[in-house]
Amino acid sequence: MHPPAGQPAAASAAAVTARGAAIAVGGRTLWSGVDLDVPAGEFVAILGPNGVGKSTLIKAVLGLLPLAAGQLEVLGGPPGRASHRIGYLPQRRSFDPGLRVRGVDVVRCGLDGDRWGLPLPGAARFSGRARRAAARVDEVIDLVGAGAYARRPVGQLSGGEQQRLLIAQALVREPELLVLDEPLDSLDLPNQGAVAGLIAAISQAGQVTVLMVAHDVNPILSYLDKVIYIAAGGTVSGTPAEVITSATLSRLYDTPIEVLHTSDGRLVVVGQPEAPAVHTDRHTGIPRP
Amino acid sequence: MTPGAAGLLTGPGTSLTWNIGSDISQVLAFHFMVNAVRAGTIIAVAAGVIGWFMILRRQSFAGHTLAVVAFPGASGAILLGLPAAAGYFGFCIAAALLIAAAPRSQADTGFSAESAVIGTVQAFALACGFLFVSLYKGFLDGITGLLFGSFLGITDSQVLTLLAAAAAALSVLAVTGRPLFFASTDPDVAAARGVPVRALSVVFLVLLGVAAAEVSQITGALLVFALLVMPAAAAQQLTARPALSLPLTVIIALAVTWLGLGVSYFSVYPVGFFVTTFGFAAYVLAVAARQAADRLGRRPRPAKIAVSA
Repeated sequence: MHPPAGQPAAASAAAVTARGAAIAVGGRTLWSGVDLDVPAGEFVAILGPNGVGKSTLIKAVLGLLPLAAGQLEVLGGPPGRASHRIGYLPQRRSFDPGLRVRGVDVVRCGLDGDRWGLPLPGAARFSGRARRAAARVDEVIDLVGAGAYARRPVGQLSGGEQQRLLIAQALVREPELLVLDEPLDSLDLPNQGAVAGLIAAISQAGQVTVLMVAHDVNPILSYLDKVIYIAAGGTVSGTPAEVITSATLSRLYDTPIEVLHTSDGRLVVVGQPEAPAVHTDRHTGIPRP
Repeated sequence: MTPGAAGLLTGPGTSLTWNIGSDISQVLAFHFMVNAVRAGTIIAVAAGVIGWFMILRRQSFAGHTLAVVAFPGASGAILLGLPAAAGYFGFCIAAALLIAAAPRSQADTGFSAESAVIGTVQAFALACGFLFVSLYKGFLDGITGLLFGSFLGITDSQVLTLLAAAAAALSVLAVTGRPLFFASTDPDVAAARGVPVRALSVVFLVLLGVAAAEVSQITGALLVFALLVMPAAAAQQLTARPALSLPLTVIIALAVTWLGLGVSYFSVYPVGFFVTTFGFAAYVLAVAARQAADRLGRRPRPAKIAVSA
């Protein structure tokens, strides 16, 4: 919808592509026949009921889980090859309240936490690289608006504050692809709106492709370029208006599903197959007939 | 305290004066005390740094079990006529590898999946230690030393062994420190970035085994936490800045060890008690200082205030 101006148009036009991908966890096929096209520079959401394997798809994109069948290409190579060009925000509840580490340390980990060795205290005084690193961390903290609390212990921050810092951590190395797993989960409504707006702004600022897993599309609906609905037997993708319709979703899940439009523009999906409300096992929620 | 120490207390040069300088020179007049201070210093530095990571990783239970394993290690080695240090290091490292082999939950949040394996190892280790002590008749005096610590009779070669093990452990941490910090605070993201989270976890458990084996030799198997947990926990209360709390941990560990050794030299009570008590005092003071700082108003950088307090 808004490709960045300087983007090379040819083979790199897709950040993530999958053809006939399938994945098995513990010998059981979670999903198969998954086709993905995430164009570079777009804001794409992966939707589907709880337990269908959205997080597993993310793990496959990151190269943490091998495919059982099919092909998957991430940033022009096999998954896992380009991990330094991907910013990742895992699904989580929150940091341990007793964790005595500052937000700025968490963000800094995203910059060079994977480098061997030990950071020297006071290195900024005599090393240009250490100064630039500190400046980059401050810059990205400002970008997400976390400056006021980045130097407090991260365990004491609210869910929304932690989420902003984690987005900063994912962004600090200027990734080409930002992968977010349910970033709005566990946030209250005002924070959901604010964080969704932040992600949309990051996506619209240009160089980064955003791939986001969500189970509620409404907070991000107005920003999305594309949605991908995933089910055990395959995927449907397109613009929100094309995909989130009663006919398409009923066909995908093979069960009657109704999409209602509220007067304020929100979508309500009724009859969507949901995994059991209590997440006893996140990997059994294959849509029931 | 063993009969040897009781004898010393009646000798000349063991009276506490108001002159700290002469007190210190009194303590260091005996070679066994010099060795005790050397050993204590090495152990405090290694245990402080490794304990700091242990607190960060919430692996205190694993640390405690590795410390308990030191007891059958040492008593088994003595039973077989081997040097106690061989038993300490051998058993602690073997137990660390056993815990590392425990299956990890898929979610990988926290380390709770380990706890059943750790508890099993701990109970069996204590039982083995009890068996070894029973098999070695007439060894019962030594149990107190193994469980609650003793600083008497540390030889030059034991000090060298402690130094070599501590230097090896700290060198490994110097190389793996930053990725280990990342993997400890944020395992999911670290794994996605290509940090070998699982391998680092195994490496760290072995380091923890080395630290537990070292500390056991001065505080005893049951009081290892005096140096492994208390200094790090106190320092992390005082500041949330890693670059500050890590050196602070070492300083607290050194202070606690030196004070404990010094006071127990002039006292009839065992060193393990004093080291632990000073460690406990440091922790209580740190918590009080932080709560006072928090109450003084939610300033943007409460950690700084607490440090200067």
